[in-house]
Parts: sequence; structure tokens; C-alpha cells
Amino acid sequence: MAESLLVEDLRVLVGAVEAVRGVSFELGAGSRTGLIGESGSGKTLTALALMGLLPDGLRAAGRVLYGGRDLLTLPDDELCALRGDRLAMVFQEPMSALNPVMRIGDQVAEPLMLHRRLGRRVALAEATRALMRVRIRDPEEKMRAYPHQLSGGQRQRAMIAMAMACAPAVLVADEPTTALDVTVQAGILRLLDELVEAEGTTLLLITHDLAVVASSCDRVLVMYGGKIVESGTVGQVFDRPRHPYTRALLDAIPPVDEDLPDRHLRAIPGSVPGLGRFPPGCPFRNRCPNADGKCAEMPPLAVLGDHSLACWHPVEAGI
Amino acid sequence: MLAPGGGGHLSSAEVLFEVEHVTRRYRLPRTRLLGPRRELVAVDDVSFTLRRGETLGVVGESGSGKTTLMKMLLRLERPDAGRISYYGASLTREVQVIFQDPSSALDPRMRVADIILEPVRVMRLPGDRRQRVYELLDAVGLPPDSAHRYAHEFSGGQRQRIAIARALAPRPQMLIGDEPVSALDVSVRAQILNLLEDLRVGFDLTLVLVSHDLSVVRHMCDRVLVMSRGSVVEEGPTREIFSAPRHAYTRLLLDSIPTLKNRRAASA
Amino acid sequence: MRRLPPALVAGAFLVGLVVLVALVSLVWTPHDPDHVIVPDRFRGVGGGEYLLGTDQFGRDELSRLMAGARNTLLVGMVTVVIAIAAGVPVGALAAFYRGPLEEVAMRASDVLLAFPAILLAMLFAAVFRPGTLTAMAAIGIAFVPVFARVVRGAGLQVMQMDYVTAARTFGSRGWWIVARHLLPNVGSVLIVQATIAFAVAILAEAALSYLGLGTPPPTASWGRMLSDSQSYLYQSPLLALWPGMAIAFSVLGFNLLGDGLRDLLDPKLVERLPAQG
Repeated sequence: MAESLLVEDLRVLVGAVEAVRGVSFELGAGSRTGLIGESGSGKTLTALALMGLLPDGLRAAGRVLYGGRDLLTLPDDELCALRGDRLAMVFQEPMSALNPVMRIGDQVAEPLMLHRRLGRRVALAEATRALMRVRIRDPEEKMRAYPHQLSGGQRQRAMIAMAMACAPAVLVADEPTTALDVTVQAGILRLLDELVEAEGTTLLLITHDLAVVASSCDRVLVMYGGKIVESGTVGQVFDRPRHPYTRALLDAIPPVDEDLPDRHLRAIPGSVPGLGRFPPGCPFRNRCPNADGKCAEMPPLAVLGDHSLACWHPVEAGI
Repeated sequence: MLAPGGGGHLSSAEVLFEVEHVTRRYRLPRTRLLGPRRELVAVDDVSFTLRRGETLGVVGESGSGKTTLMKMLLRLERPDAGRISYYGASLTREVQVIFQDPSSALDPRMRVADIILEPVRVMRLPGDRRQRVYELLDAVGLPPDSAHRYAHEFSGGQRQRIAIARALAPRPQMLIGDEPVSALDVSVRAQILNLLEDLRVGFDLTLVLVSHDLSVVRHMCDRVLVMSRGSVVEEGPTREIFSAPRHAYTRLLLDSIPTLKNRRAASA
Repeated sequence: MRRLPPALVAGAFLVGLVVLVALVSLVWTPHDPDHVIVPDRFRGVGGGEYLLGTDQFGRDELSRLMAGARNTLLVGMVTVVIAIAAGVPVGALAAFYRGPLEEVAMRASDVLLAFPAILLAMLFAAVFRPGTLTAMAAIGIAFVPVFARVVRGAGLQVMQMDYVTAARTFGSRGWWIVARHLLPNVGSVLIVQATIAFAVAILAEAALSYLGLGTPPPTASWGRMLSDSQSYLYQSPLLALWPGMAIAFSVLGFNLLGDGLRDLLDPKLVERLPAQG
């Protein structure tokens, strides 16, 4: 069941604007990849595109290869058969991702009835076990609860139980802990880690929080302005960043575990341009200290073994 | 429970706020028609002092009471018990606030100049108002032509600068930041934190930062209050709290923060 | 430039047409709309100098339609003004002060809302004198709770915004917050509601005039014209068609305009673009 997911030159069009501008990466079977990006980076659209969940009016081009098939051209019924079974997704806000008028138990049982063709009774029993696996307290009681009766952390656990119910091969988690408190976030990340480990699931974790990626992923993709600007292992990207954006981002975060000499951070100038307002060529060039005329042309993705980056003037390796 | 040592020079400074055994309860709606009225104790017997020139961080998760406490400092809410004393001249003019979400904090129907001048107008403060707008825009690093535009024409970080300019308009002694960078893009947070620090030094401000983000509080604050379920569970100089937390909850909080250095075991 | 919603364009065209006709009728109509020429009764379409024929008293149908547009707009405008003048303050105060005041205002509006506008107008006509003014007052009062509710709903959202909290921290009084923050921000919902109320008012006035409780003869009114034509349906069926169409098109116009304005002014539509992240 272990198969890799390959994204080739993925583009997402929002009207006339290309929000994802040719993104390629591979999620190796059983790997854990973090996708880092700010607003307008196109990280969420990338996730929705590879799940075939783009909202109406948005079009995706390129290829998303899984199990020898291109998910972007797959007929709807075949895609639906895959989604929730082989491919699953966890969203940022479980309150809006869960149906407010349906009991938790029925919602968690739904994918099992749909994909495993289990009868209602068997599926509900299976759903109770799924809730136990995500360590929700009193699973029997929570089965009968409605989403609003659960706390934010419990809702996210239920959402994960639902996503993991059919033991998917690929799990896409879009900012799964952003809406949660730090202590709750820690629990959810630990849970995801254990489940993914136990099932051998391929994980794509989308977030704006670099530290979350560092603590739960092996590989990192850094997106900015609809492009992947740098990718590599967590060690390569966080310890030896080569792209000026990655480097600047790491410098701009106040560290929680060390003291700075003064209260000034190395801030990145300017702000993230809105959708469609990124400069042509390298999207970061209007904020980049190294930029020059050459950057008007989009730099190609240079591959240095495991580490790749798209920049004409990379920063020197080493801190 | 004041931590010993630390901030020695601060203890001699002038007290600005004295919070004594403050409690705030909310009545919850009945869950059943004839059921008992329940109460939520949002802030439970909290005491602390805030001295002039100090930077205080108030840390806690949702439901910890940090927002209610902030509202009581601003007199937007009244405590049910206890007392909050302000030792400045005019709290309304001297204590200003910056909110988390800059798009909700700025009236979409008003131009930037009117937004910034609103406190000056409400308080009928004297002075050349036109000139004041340009001074303030300059202080927060926005171009002068921003004055005639509307807030929605600006990015999140720029909107937060506008909100800061408005807070500075009545020449306050003190700023309260309620999660001032949480809603911003990671790459613009540092700018706003640097700006707050520059303004703090430049205008000699007392700063209270209410935040769930411990890295921000550690970076900016001299002293920290850790709140949990309405109570202050630990209080002390930032460095001590972060290096040697004494309360179990503080330790849990610190252990929960993911850091860039703590990697997954499998990834070498 | 953003593309305008098609409903807005179509609505603005129809409404513009009604307004134009009403304005022209002030200075010029083909004939005197109230002038009775008995020998010319029931002329057909294109009957000599009468483009749309004449009615049972030989009055020019086209001229009466044009004059009727004036009456229609007047009724719409006055009722909406009455409704706004009373409804907006009630709604704004309810949103601002909450508590018992809001309860009383909203329950009172529930009671008023339970009365159909027509029933209220009949009551008014019975107590006072039936006429355009009575009809307008009745319809206007019937709309007050609608406006009060809309303004309160939008106002409650505004009151939750941090800019209102900020204004409070620097000591703003109630009237400042209402005037500077609340009202400007409920403006767009108000415009939409006013446009739709306009359409309902036109229909209500037509219905009242049809029942003989609205505009009294001989003033030209589309509802009255429709009701009069009924008796002569076999002789001259087109006499029912013209005012009917005029009512239908102007109501449609205002409704389309309201829908279009809603699309144009609703900031949520902008937010509905995919959340980037």
C-alpha cells in the first residue's frame, strides 16, 4: 500500500491569476513533509488541488500522480472513491469542517460505511475504536455528542479520527493546530506523530509555524508567492538555509529558548503582496537583500542532492 | 507571590497600576429552563503591581482570564471584587490599546487620518491636528500619503501600524497590546515587534503585552504573569520564569512550545 | 474596474426608466391625464392621437400611466423615508444599549410585524380618511420594524468590532459611536433594504388603491387604473394590461436593484474568494 505521491508542475488559477505557479515535489511513501508558507503563498490551494477539493471556479493544471494515476484528470467517482479512503485531509477549523447537526459517531462512521461498506452497527463500533485511538476521553459518550459540545482540541481529535478511520496512505493536514492553545497543540501534534508512525502514513503538514514543522517532519518545502523556493531535509533547510527568504524568516522569529543581545529582530522589510501582486520573476525579489536585475527572471530550481532552491543569489551555507 | 530578586531597579520605580484581589464573574445562560444559573469566574483574586517604564507580559491560554484582566485595566469592565488603582493623571488618555486583528480594529468607512485622530477628537485635545497625523504616520513608518486612504488598502502589518499610530495619538504613558502580532504574517511580525520596542524606548512607554505566544513575551518583556483559569499561577522576571519555572502549569506551557531546535527523533 | 452585477444593471435600467417617465410627466404628457373627453371613450391602441388608447372616461391612457409613475415614486419615497426615520434610530439604539431597551423595542416590532401592511392601512383608512397620505403612513409604519431589525442586526455586528472597543477606551460617548461607527457601517445594508422596501411599498399602494383605500380619483394611480379597468375587461382588455405591466416592471426593477446592490456592497462576497494560506 506504500506508494509515493508525485506532484508535477502544479498550477492553480484563481480567475486570471496564477496563485500556485508551477509546483513540483514528491511525497515519498511514509515520509513526513512540512509545507511552510505565509498568506498568499498558495500552500492551502496546493493541498486542496491535490485532494481534488478546489472550490468552484478554480482550475488546476499539471499532474498529481498517485498509484499510477493522475488525480487531476481522474473522473469524479474514482476520485471520491480514493478520497477519505486512501487520501484524507484534516482542516484548520474543525468546527466548520464537522457537520454541526450530526452526531460525532455518525460522522466518524461515515467514511467506513462509504469506503469499507460496513453496516451501520459495525461502522459505529469501529468509529468508537477510532475515537479511542485518538485518545478522546469517554469515547462512548462523545459518539453521541454534537460538535459544539466538544472542546476545540476534542473536535480536532474527532476530525483526525475521521480522517484516519480508513487508514489512509496519505494524510494532508492543513494548519491542524493553528486555532488551538499551545498545550492542546502539543497533544495533537504528538497524536498525529504516533498515528502516522503506527500506520506508516505519508504526511503532508501545512503550516506557517516553522517550529511545528521542525518538531514533526523530516522534510520541508518552503513556499512563497505560489512557488517552492527551497526544499530539503529539516536539518538542511533550518540549519543551513540557502534561500534568502528562508534565511530571513528564521532570523525574524524571536527564539523561545535563547536570549538575544537586544530587543531587535532582523525584520524582513515590506509586506507579503496580495494574490496576483507578487513581482514577476522571483516573487521575493522586492523584499530580498540580495536581489538585482537578474531576479526579474524566475530562477530555476537548482538541485543539490537532497536540497533544492530557486535563487540566483543564494546565501552562503552555514550560519 | 513575587519572585525574589530580579528587577531591583524596577521596584523603586513609580507604581502606575495597583491591582488588588480582583475578581470578575460572568453569569452564564441557563442550560435548562429551570436549571440553576451558573457562574464563570473569569478572573479569580488577581493581584499585581505595574511600575512605570516596565514591560509586562501576561501569558495564558484561552479561558485563562488574560483578556478580561486587560479589559478591567482599561475600565471596559468592572471588577466584582477587589480594586484596581491607577496612579497616573487620566487613564483614558494615558492608557491606550492595540488589538489582535487590525482589520477589526479600524473602521472601514473612515480614512486613515480620521482613524488616527479619533482619540484626539473625542478627548478634544489641543494642537495642530494635521501636523499630528503626519508626525504619527512618520513615527510608525507609514508614508504621509496614507492619511487620505482607507484601511482596506493596506496590508495586515501596515494596518497594525495605523492602529499603533491611533494608540499613540493622545500621547499615552502606557500601551496594552492584546496579541498585537498574532494575526500577522510571520515575515512581518518582527517589524511590528521592532516598532513597538522603538516606540517604547522613544516615547518612554510602559508596555503590557497580553499574548499566548511565549516567544514574543520572552523577547519583549521584563516581567511575566502566567495565568491559568483566572488566576496568576506564577509571576517573576522573564529570564527566571523561562529558565526555572516553578509552577507545574508554567512548565507544561514551556514544554508545549515547539522549537526549531527540538527535532523529531527520527530526523537526524 | 469590477464588473457590475447584471441584476444591478437591469434593475437600474428599469428604475431609471420609471424615474425618467415620472420626471417627464411633470412637464409634459401627450394629453392632460385628468381631462375627460366622453366621446373619445375606449379608443383602442393607436386610436388617432391616443398612442395607448383611452379609458372609460376618454382620458389618455399613456398620459395617465406617466402621471401614475409620479404617484408610485412618491408613495415609495415617502413610505421608505417614514420607515427609515423611525426604524433606524430604534434599531441603532437597540444595538447600542442592548438590555431591556432592546427587548422592549424588539418585542414591539414583533407585534407590529405580525400585522400585514394592508390590514394596517385598512385600519388607518377606517379611522382617518382613505387617501394617499393615509396609505403612505400606514405602509411606512408597517415597515418600521423591518428597518429596526435590519439595523439592529447589522449594528450588533459592528458593536462587536474592535474599533468600537477602541473608541470606548478613549472615552467616546454613545452618540459618537452610533454616529461615527455604527450608522456608516450599516449604511450598505440600509440601502439594500430601502430598495426592496420601495418595491414592496409600490405593490402595497397598488393593492390599496385597487381596493379603493389608496389614492382617490381622479389622481392617476396604477392600482386604481387596474381596478377600474376590471369592469371593462371585455370592451378593452388592454386597459388592465398597461397598469399591470407598469406595476410589475417597476417592482421587478426595484427588486433587481436591491439584489444587485447587495451583491455589490456585501463585503462577504469579497471574502468568499478562497482564503489564501
